[in-house]
Amino acid sequence: MANPYAGLGTASATMANVRGDSGDKPDGGLDGGTPMSSREVLKRLSPYVRRHLLALVASFVCAATTVVLQLYVPILIGRAVDTIIGVGAVAFDLLLPILVRLALVIVMAAITQWLFGRFVSQLSNRTICDLRIDAFGKLRHLPLSFIDAHAHGDLLARIASDVDQVGDGLLQGLTQLFSGVVTIVGTLAFMFSISVPVGLVVVVVTPLSVLVASLIAKRSSSGFAAQQQIQGQLGGYVQEMVSNQKLVSAFAYGKRSIATFTDLNQRLRGVGERAQFVSSLSNPSTRVVNNIIYAIVAIVGCTCVITGWPSTLTVGQVQSFLSYANQYMKPFNEISGVVTQVQAAFASARRLFALLDATEERRTVDPIRELPPAQGDLDFDHVSFSYVKGTPLLTDITFHVSPGQRVALVGTTGCGKTTLINLLLRFYDLDGGTIRVDGTDIFSMTREDLRARFGMVLQETWLFAGTVRENIAYGRDGATTEDVVAAAKRAHADTFIRQLPQGYDTHIGEDGGSLSQGQRQLLCIARAMLADAPILLLDEATSSIDTRTELQVQAAFDEMMIGRTSLVVAHRLSTIRQADCILVMDKGRIIERGTHDDLLEQGGFYANLYQSQFANQ
Amino acid sequence: MVELLKRFLGPYRWRAIVGVVAKSVEVVFDLFTPLIVARMIDIGVGGHDTGAVLRYGLLLMALAFVGYGFTLICQHHAAIVSQGMGTDVREALFDKVNELSAAELDQLGTASLVTRVTSDVNQLQVAVALAIRQGIRWPVLAIGSMIAALLIDIRLGLVFLICTPAIAWVFWAVMSRSVPLFRTIQGSLDGLTRVTSENLSGARVIRAFRREDTEEERFRGFAQAQTAGSITVGQLSAFLNPSTFLILNLGIVVILWSGALRVDAGGLTQGQVVAFVNYMTQTLLAIVYVANLVVTFTRGAASATRVMDVLAIQPKVQDHAEGRVELPSKQPSSIPAVTLNDVSFSYADDAQDALHNVSLTLNQGQKLGIIGGTGSGKSTLASLLVRLYDPQSGTIELFGHDLKSYPLEQLRNLIALVPQKASLVSGTIRSNLCWRNPNATDDELWEALRIAQADSFVHEKSLGLDEPVEAGGKNFSGGQRQRLTIARALVGSPHVLVLDDSASALDMATDAKLRMALSELPNITSITISQRISAIMDCDLILVLYHGKMAGIGTHQQLLQTCQLYREIAQSQLVGEGVAA
Repeated sequence: MANPYAGLGTASATMANVRGDSGDKPDGGLDGGTPMSSREVLKRLSPYVRRHLLALVASFVCAATTVVLQLYVPILIGRAVDTIIGVGAVAFDLLLPILVRLALVIVMAAITQWLFGRFVSQLSNRTICDLRIDAFGKLRHLPLSFIDAHAHGDLLARIASDVDQVGDGLLQGLTQLFSGVVTIVGTLAFMFSISVPVGLVVVVVTPLSVLVASLIAKRSSSGFAAQQQIQGQLGGYVQEMVSNQKLVSAFAYGKRSIATFTDLNQRLRGVGERAQFVSSLSNPSTRVVNNIIYAIVAIVGCTCVITGWPSTLTVGQVQSFLSYANQYMKPFNEISGVVTQVQAAFASARRLFALLDATEERRTVDPIRELPPAQGDLDFDHVSFSYVKGTPLLTDITFHVSPGQRVALVGTTGCGKTTLINLLLRFYDLDGGTIRVDGTDIFSMTREDLRARFGMVLQETWLFAGTVRENIAYGRDGATTEDVVAAAKRAHADTFIRQLPQGYDTHIGEDGGSLSQGQRQLLCIARAMLADAPILLLDEATSSIDTRTELQVQAAFDEMMIGRTSLVVAHRLSTIRQADCILVMDKGRIIERGTHDDLLEQGGFYANLYQSQFANQ
Repeated sequence: MVELLKRFLGPYRWRAIVGVVAKSVEVVFDLFTPLIVARMIDIGVGGHDTGAVLRYGLLLMALAFVGYGFTLICQHHAAIVSQGMGTDVREALFDKVNELSAAELDQLGTASLVTRVTSDVNQLQVAVALAIRQGIRWPVLAIGSMIAALLIDIRLGLVFLICTPAIAWVFWAVMSRSVPLFRTIQGSLDGLTRVTSENLSGARVIRAFRREDTEEERFRGFAQAQTAGSITVGQLSAFLNPSTFLILNLGIVVILWSGALRVDAGGLTQGQVVAFVNYMTQTLLAIVYVANLVVTFTRGAASATRVMDVLAIQPKVQDHAEGRVELPSKQPSSIPAVTLNDVSFSYADDAQDALHNVSLTLNQGQKLGIIGGTGSGKSTLASLLVRLYDPQSGTIELFGHDLKSYPLEQLRNLIALVPQKASLVSGTIRSNLCWRNPNATDDELWEALRIAQADSFVHEKSLGLDEPVEAGGKNFSGGQRQRLTIARALVGSPHVLVLDDSASALDMATDAKLRMALSELPNITSITISQRISAIMDCDLILVLYHGKMAGIGTHQQLLQTCQLYREIAQSQLVGEGVAA
C-alpha cells in the first residue's frame, strides 16, 4: 500500500534545502553527535526483536526449508521427464513414485512458505508497534526546548514513516536477503550435484550478471537521489504556495508563482526521465544476461546429452538445469533491490534511534513528597535564564506574589513575559536563582506536583480533534458532563456551544477546525476553569476575544481569581488596571513595579507605554 | 483515467505506440524460447545432431540480444511519455489551483490539493510508465503461452484452462478481503499522525494539564489497531505466493503424468512435454505480474480521478473583464473610493448570511474602521473587496466601477490586503516584500518598512533586506511578521489599503506609531478592521458589524450616541477614560 507519509519526509527535506538549514542532517542526528554505526543500530534494535525471538527463528527456519524444497522441484521434474522417453518407452513404474514425491514436496514447500509469511508479518508488525509506542512515549520526556527547536514534520516523520521503514525494510529485507542467499547457494549446490562442468559454465557467467546489476543499481540510485531532491523542492514549493493560495490570489501573485513552479517542474522532468529510464533498465538487463546463460546451458547441456562430454546428462537433467538457469538471476535481482531497501531502513533506524536516544529533561532527584498545602504563594528569587548561551533572556528577576494576589506582566514584545511562565511550569530549566511555589523550590518537587497547582490559558489556543466536551474535560481527569457544562457556563462559552450543530458533542477538527479564534479561546478558558487550580497563568488570554464577550469573560475571570493567585501576561488595559501589582519588563529585566496609579505617577516607561496607546485621544 | 489520457496523451501518443510495439516484439521472442528448446531436444538430441543444437542455441542468444534492443527502445519512450505527461499534468493542476477562488480552496483543503499535485501525479506517472512497459508484456506473454501450449496439444492445454482461473481466483479472494482492511489501517495511521502532531503542537498544554498518560493511551489505541490490521493483511497476503506455487506445480505434475500417457501412445514428443512445462511456468509467472499491474492501475485510476476532479472545477470568481478600467489620472477625485450596495454573502448556499445587506460609501482618502465581535463578518468583507469571493447579491464598486469590470490583476493592484493571519513565504525579506511589485527599488522597500515600523528590526539583521525568511516566516516573531506583511502591502503604492486586524500582535506603543505613520500617507483610502476600539476610533467612518448585519455606521462621537453595541464595546475597553457616556 502507499506510504501515506512519503510526502512528509520530502517536505521537511525541502524546507531544509530552501533554508539552507543544517538542522536535518542526513545521518538523522538530533543532538549533533556522531552517527550510529550499522552494528550499533542492530544492537539497539535487538531488544525489540528479541521479544519476538520465536517468530524470528521460525521465519528463518521456514525460509531455509522453503528454498531447499522449492529447489528440489526442478530435479524431480527432470527425473520425471527422463522417464518419458518416447512412444511405448515411458517408464510408468518409475514415473509414478517420482510424481508422488514431487506432489509431496510441492505441498510441503507451500506450507512452509505460508508459515514464513505469517511469521514475518507478526514479527515486523509487532516490532513496528513497540518501536512506535516507545518513540511516542519518548516525546513526553523530551525538554520543550527540543520540541521547539525541531521541525514538527521531521519528528512526526520519524515516528510515522521511519518506524515503518525499520519494520518493513530491516526485518523483511533481512529475511529476504537470507532466503536470497540460501537460494543462490542451494541452486549452485543442486547444479553441481547434477553436473560439475555445466554448473561451472553458470558460475563463470555469474560475475557478468552481478556486474550489470550493480552498475545499473548505482546509476539508478544516483538518478533517483537527484529526482528526489527536486521532487522535494517542488513539493515544498507547492505546499507553501497552496497553503497561501488566498494570499497569492489577493496579491495577483499567481503568474510569478506559476513561473517558479514551471521552472522546477521542467527540471524535474529532465532528471525524472533519466532516472526512470536508467532504473527501468535493471529488469531487461538482468533478463538478457539470464537469457544468455539459458542459451549457453541449453547448448552445453544438449551437447552433453548427445556426446557424453564433458559430462553425461539426460534430457530431464538439462530441463532441471534450464529451470535453474531461469530462476538463477532472480535472487540476484532481489538482493540488489533488498540492499537498497535495507540501506534506507538503516538510515531510518538511525533517525529513529536519534530520537529515542535524545537527551531527556532532567528529572527531579529525590523529590519532596510531603508538600505544604497549595495556597498560591509565588516567589522568584534572582532568576536568570537564556535560551542561547551568552544572550540572556531574563536577568535577575525577583518578585513575590502573595496568595490571592493578581499580578500583571507588561512590556514590549519579546521582553521575556512569556518566558516567565515557561520557567514557572518548568518547561525550561533556570540558569540561576530560585523559584518557590508555596515555599518549596520548584526543582525539589516533581513536575507533576508542580503543575497540579497551576491552571493556564496560553496565547496559542490548542485544541485536539475530538468533541467540544472532550476538549473541555481535558482540564480535569474524570470530569463529568455536569462539570464540563458548569465550566463552560462560567467561561461564557455555553451559549455558543449550544448553538453548534451537535452542541457539546460537536466534533471539532484538528487544531480547532471550524471554530473562530475567539471561540477556541473560550474553550481553552473553560478548560482552565475546570482545572480549578490555585494559581492561574494567563498569557494574553483575552487579546483576541470578541469585545462583547470579553466583558463577560472578564467578569468570569474576576470571579475565578477570587482566592486564587494569578499571573497575567496582558495587553488589555482593563486587565492591567485591575491588577494588584504590575511588573513592567524590558529586555529581560523588571524595570518598574507598582499599581497602575503609582506607575502613572512615576512617569516612567509604563506611563509612556500607556500614553502611546491612547496617544490620539 | 480515459479522460485524462484523452487530454494529456496527445503529444506523446506516437512515442507511446512505438514503445508498446517495441515491447510486443520482445514478448514474441520470449514466446519462441520454449519452442526452440523443444526443437533442440527433439531434433538435436533426438537426432544426435550437435550442429542443430548449436544453431538453435545461437538463435536463442540472437533473440535475447535483439529483444533487449527492442526493450531499450520501449523503456526510453516510456520514460519520456510518462515523465512528460506527468509534467504537463502537474503544470495544468498548478495553473488550475491559481485560478480557484477561495470558496473552492476552502472546500478542497490545502493538504488535499498538495497531495494531488505531488503524489497523485507521481502515481499516474508510475501507472503510465508501467502500462507502456509491462501493460502489454505480461498479458501477451500469458495469453501467448497459453495459445502456444494449446497449439502443441489441445488436451494437455486444458490444464492451463483450469490453473489460470484458479490463480486469478486466489488473487481476487485475497485482494477483495485486503482492500477494506487497508482502509481501516489507513484510518488508524491517520489517527497516529494526528495524535503525534497534536502532541508536538500542544506539548505545553498537555504537560501543564498533566495529561501525558491520556495521550499515551490514545496513541497506543491507534498503534495497536494499526498493528492488528496490518497483521491480518499480512496473513492474508501470506496465502498468495504459496498458493500460486502450489497450483502451478501441481499443474506441472498433471502435465507430466498425462504427457507421459500421450508420449507413450505416440501423440507427443519428450521435447514437447518439456516445452509444456516451460510454458506453464511462463504463463503463471505472467499472471502474478498482471495481478500486480492491476493494483498499480487501480491506484493510478484513483489518482487520475482525483486529478481530473480538480481540473474540472469551474471557479466561482471569474475574470470576465474586457480590459483595464481607465481611472481618472488625478487623485483624489470626487468619485467615492468604495461603495457597497446592499451586499449579502454566505459561505455555503444553506448557511446563514455571513454578511447581510451591508451598504456604505467611502470617499477617496478617507479612513474606514470596521469593528465587531468574532464572527461578525469583518474579515468576510475584506475578502469580498479583493474578490476572493463574490457576493450573492448586491454590488461592490471601486472608484465608480463594479469590481467585476476590473481584470483581477488590476483590481488586486489597486487594493492591497493585509490579512489577519500574518504569513510569509520562504525566501528573503526582499522577495516577500516584492509580491506586489517585482521591480520595487530598495528605497521603496525601506520606505514601506519605515511606515510599517519594521525598519529598525530589519536594519538589525546582518543581511538587511536579503535576510532569509523561513517557510511561514518562522524565524520572525508574530509582531515582526505582522509588520512585514503590512510593509508588503504598502509596496507598489496601492490606492486602497485593507488592514484586517493586522496589528493584534503589536504592543501598544508600536501599534500607535504604526497608526500615526499610516495616517500620514497621502492619497490612500484605508480600511481598518479591528477589535480594539482604540485602533479605529479616529476613522472618518466607523462600521459596526453584528452577526453580519450593520449595527451602526458613523463617526466615533455619533456612534457613542446612536449605537448601543458600540457604546458597550467602548465601555469595556476604555473604562474610566471619560470617553464613554
